[in-house]
Amino acid sequence: MKVKELQEKIGAAVLTGDVGLENEIESGYCCDLLSWVMAHGSAGMAWVTVQTHMNVIAVATLHEMSCVIIPEGAQMDQEIANKAAEEGIAVLCTDKPAYEICGLMYAGGIKAGEE
Amino acid sequence: MKYAVDLHIHSCLSPCGDELMTPNNIVNMAYIKGLDMIAVADHNTARHLPTIEKVAKAVGVGLLPAMEITTMEEVHLLAYFRTVEQAVRFSDVIYPHLPPIKNKPAIFGEQLELDEDDEPVGSEEKLLISALDLSIDEITAMILEHGGLAVPAHINRGSNGLLQALGFVPPGCDFSALEVSIGMPLPHKGIPKKLVQLHSSDAHYLENMFERVEFLEMDSPDAEGFFRMIEEGRWPVSGSTDAQSVNSRLD
Repeated sequence: MKVKELQEKIGAAVLTGDVGLENEIESGYCCDLLSWVMAHGSAGMAWVTVQTHMNVIAVATLHEMSCVIIPEGAQMDQEIANKAAEEGIAVLCTDKPAYEICGLMYAGGIKAGEE
Repeated sequence: MKYAVDLHIHSCLSPCGDELMTPNNIVNMAYIKGLDMIAVADHNTARHLPTIEKVAKAVGVGLLPAMEITTMEEVHLLAYFRTVEQAVRFSDVIYPHLPPIKNKPAIFGEQLELDEDDEPVGSEEKLLISALDLSIDEITAMILEHGGLAVPAHINRGSNGLLQALGFVPPGCDFSALEVSIGMPLPHKGIPKKLVQLHSSDAHYLENMFERVEFLEMDSPDAEGFFRMIEEGRWPVSGSTDAQSVNSRLD
């Protein structure tokens, strides 16, 4: 599934323009401890997190993720999203809870990453 | 001169602080242990500092005004100030950013405020260990604006340590030092080499307060001395992240 398709499926807004919407999603992940994600992230991941710090973008870039999804109306500064755009990573945001987003991703065929 | 310090101690106003962590017990324990300066850093409040300052002055132990803030990212961030007035002012500024979640003393512990005779004068209704609705970048900037120093607490500890929550020390955050927990591994990567590393007890119980194990090279054992030390980038004289060397000093 491409990021664009996921964005429509979960009805999310996009903070990064057209950047990364064509990225292919390889797996889904949900975690708010960045040290944990650094250890367990992988390429092509769609990562759901309520953390909105600049370090989120650094970790997503490190793993060459496809997109970051900010759930539950959490606010990411546009300046931080712009950094993601520079790195080719899409940032989506929505009022939906993380649990529901993960359910929709899973039902859409996105599986957990392989350990 | 070398002064023995413990710059992260909780009073009984912190819900997790033992009820025996009264102003008189903390200060007199510091005196007995031979500490030259302490910092009492309660969670998200400086409300106990005016009383603790009175007691510290009477006993003759230096006090560095402090508090331990919980950022939106659930990172614990120490704020050190030159004066108790500055700390209290800052405490008042961030109080509205603490969510209106009430403390449940049976679960989290009492949040007791005492006077200089250790008699109760009040208690805090809101749960003080909640996270503020301000990011670590915002709070760091606010601490600096209020004349303080921002020092991420126990960065290498699991819960509420900066490295667990944020993965690495964010570049561009204007920290003045890092508090490193003794006896826990500190990764080589992602730690700015220049930042002074401090070690403190994070004591919630009297028996966990430091002995004379952490020494700072300061002109005087007070806030002025500490601020100058940080400005000049002086590291603790015999502080060490090596648990064994500290333990051997304790033996």
